[in-house]
Amino acid sequence: MAIRRGRGVAAINYPTGMNLGGDPTQALVHSTPTGNFMVTLSSVDLGQGMKQIMAQICAETIGVPTDRVVIDTADTDTGPHCMGTFASRGTHRAGNAVIQAAREARQVMLEVAAEELEVNASDLETDGQGNILVKGAPQRSISIFDVALSAHFKRGRSISGRGMFLIPRSYPEKETGAMKPSTCYAHACTVAEVEVDDETGEVTVLTVKNVFEIGRALNPKMVEQQLVGGSWMGISHALYETTEPYYPSRDHGGTDFNQYLMPGPGDLAETEIIVLERPSADGPFGAKGPGEMCANPQIPAVANAVFDAVGVRVDTLPITPERILRALKAQAAG
Amino acid sequence: MELRKDYFADVRKDGLNEIGQPRPRLDSPGHVTGKTAYFSDRNFPGMLHLKMVRSPHHHARIRSIDTSEAEKHPGVVRVLTAKDVPHNVYTILILIQIGPEDETVLADGKVRWKGEAVVAVLAETERAAQEAAAKVKVDYEVLPAVFDMEEALKPGAPIVNEYHGQNYYLYDSGECRKVRFGDVEAGFAEADHILEQTYQSSPIEHAPTETTGCVVAPEGNDRFTCYTNTQAMFFTLDNASIILQMPGSKLHFVGGTVGGGFGGKVDVIVEPIAILGAKLTGRPVCFIYSREEEMQISSPRAAEKVVIKDGVMKDGRIVARKVTGYTDAGAYSRHSPYGAQKGAAHYPGPYTIPNVWIDTYCVYTNRTPSSAMRGFGVTIGDFALEVQMDKLARLIGMDPLEFRFINAYRDGDMKAHRQPTEGAALIECMQEASRAANWPVAEKFMAMSSYRKGA
Repeated sequence: MAIRRGRGVAAINYPTGMNLGGDPTQALVHSTPTGNFMVTLSSVDLGQGMKQIMAQICAETIGVPTDRVVIDTADTDTGPHCMGTFASRGTHRAGNAVIQAAREARQVMLEVAAEELEVNASDLETDGQGNILVKGAPQRSISIFDVALSAHFKRGRSISGRGMFLIPRSYPEKETGAMKPSTCYAHACTVAEVEVDDETGEVTVLTVKNVFEIGRALNPKMVEQQLVGGSWMGISHALYETTEPYYPSRDHGGTDFNQYLMPGPGDLAETEIIVLERPSADGPFGAKGPGEMCANPQIPAVANAVFDAVGVRVDTLPITPERILRALKAQAAG
Repeated sequence: MELRKDYFADVRKDGLNEIGQPRPRLDSPGHVTGKTAYFSDRNFPGMLHLKMVRSPHHHARIRSIDTSEAEKHPGVVRVLTAKDVPHNVYTILILIQIGPEDETVLADGKVRWKGEAVVAVLAETERAAQEAAAKVKVDYEVLPAVFDMEEALKPGAPIVNEYHGQNYYLYDSGECRKVRFGDVEAGFAEADHILEQTYQSSPIEHAPTETTGCVVAPEGNDRFTCYTNTQAMFFTLDNASIILQMPGSKLHFVGGTVGGGFGGKVDVIVEPIAILGAKLTGRPVCFIYSREEEMQISSPRAAEKVVIKDGVMKDGRIVARKVTGYTDAGAYSRHSPYGAQKGAAHYPGPYTIPNVWIDTYCVYTNRTPSSAMRGFGVTIGDFALEVQMDKLARLIGMDPLEFRFINAYRDGDMKAHRQPTEGAALIECMQEASRAANWPVAEKFMAMSSYRKGA
């Protein structure tokens, strides 16, 4: 009887978005009289930080600091249609819609600035700090604050834009299954290191090293929170979680957090996250959807590490101590 | 976290002002100080509490329902049964023509899973609603139930759901979604080794911090505002509109700040019945799942069975892969027919395999309907695929990581569902993992690139 160590690897890809009924999201952007920007959506923030990322995408596109952008989302009386937050689609679909809307608003803003500065709009650029400058002559400038005032009170222009992103519906071909179910793919490779107690069947995940390729880390800190959380969930899926512990029997299902098992703070693996960025052709600034992908590779990596440690395969999730012990007994019985 | 900017630097423009910057989240101070407002922070004068009477049986005919005692209970304002729901038989994907309608808002004549909603009680307090719910008398005739997918697919098995007529979803392609690429039998015939293995999972709960629910307030002008934690505003509004036979213009949904979803809040379960309660009583209504309901009543991730048969050469090339996937939908479709289909498009994984055969089935059993969850249609498939890859590598005596390099897809490779690979990065992820985990692989693999074929 001993504590045995093993390691396992898994590599995966993950589709961004869904395509069952077409995959649309829309956005509206407008400026206030003093040059702040409102992004109106009906997209839902589940806690992953969608509002923040939409603000950064809008700010980058218009050329203002993020704190000049306010997100108004998920009121069906005001927000244009969004398919929903699922299928790793939120950042990708809504982000593209926000970019389109913000570009249209920016164009009006530059046209008003051009009238004020008596130049062509194509000769102007933003400094990212809230000002519009003449290219090559930065001393000739106007603040976005003043441009918005002029648009509203002097020129009668609406600094606003409409954005739409749609993946048209794809119908799977009946006989071959040819279909276009999603757009760009995120990637991952995870190496997990475990210890298995061959007397109790208990597994301790020592380290989990995740490499994720996500197109573009739009906000690296938020990417990190998403990926660390996902990695924890993957380990939880591998070793702990189910509502039906003796599936297909319906008995013994947990009804609260005392009975529904998940790894707690004391069970956390040492987690390493490495991010690569190969920008996608169709993503906002190249971003792909990392939200679901990040919880997947740990499951097989842990399963393979358990085998590497004790030489038995548990091909049924979750990989519980009971299942490991039964497999070890069967192996010993030969 | 480490951002490795040296990979793909030639195709990426860095140095932007706001994108790529670790700006603090505008909503995090509210979240961590408990000041963020969620739907259940809304409280309206005269608000009623909705509690469900649920089936204690996995499968039963309803002989009769007697709500008289419940209606007399102090504090009870209204009791709802199937006849009160304008369009009681529905399915959420009918919005995109994925029928048939197969699920009841409130059970009518039959229950098909333990926990199914039968009667809704609306009362002044949560306690009164709970007590009255206990006084509803339902006379059941228990029917044989089927819990095992294999059993469900056998001839003569109890029919779980008459709206389908058989215990599997009927696609336009037949009893399963099919992918056919190359000639899988010819691939097996030339293979040095064949390995067939079966993988299984059990249902998994999303376990969000905030349970599913909504608060509905009449606006006084025949419109209703529904404060909800749905993950999809218009999807929910449009389904509610169909179930309630109310024009969408009469419905106003407010949400967008949710305490965790993970795919568990796209089923349109609480909103229609709560709006109906508000409409019939003229009072605000809240319907919030208890933790127990969240755990056992709300949809889990489906249990899946995956059978993978592979043909592999001694040099490491996979020449044929046949996958049969079974998704346990439980008693009703919800999103499961799509999940099973998504699986068909995801197999055979991020590998280039010349001969592929995929069948994915969506199977009905007498259990809590499963639905979407993070990694929908893919997560369990990845578990099966990547354990299978490990077994194949060991079968031919090859390093598991090197074995994956041999088969990894690259730009331009044709996938089984006939889409060319674009923007691949699997090889680079594995190269970086090799370094980070100190798991050395042969130099030729470290020299590979997703950009093009060749060493």
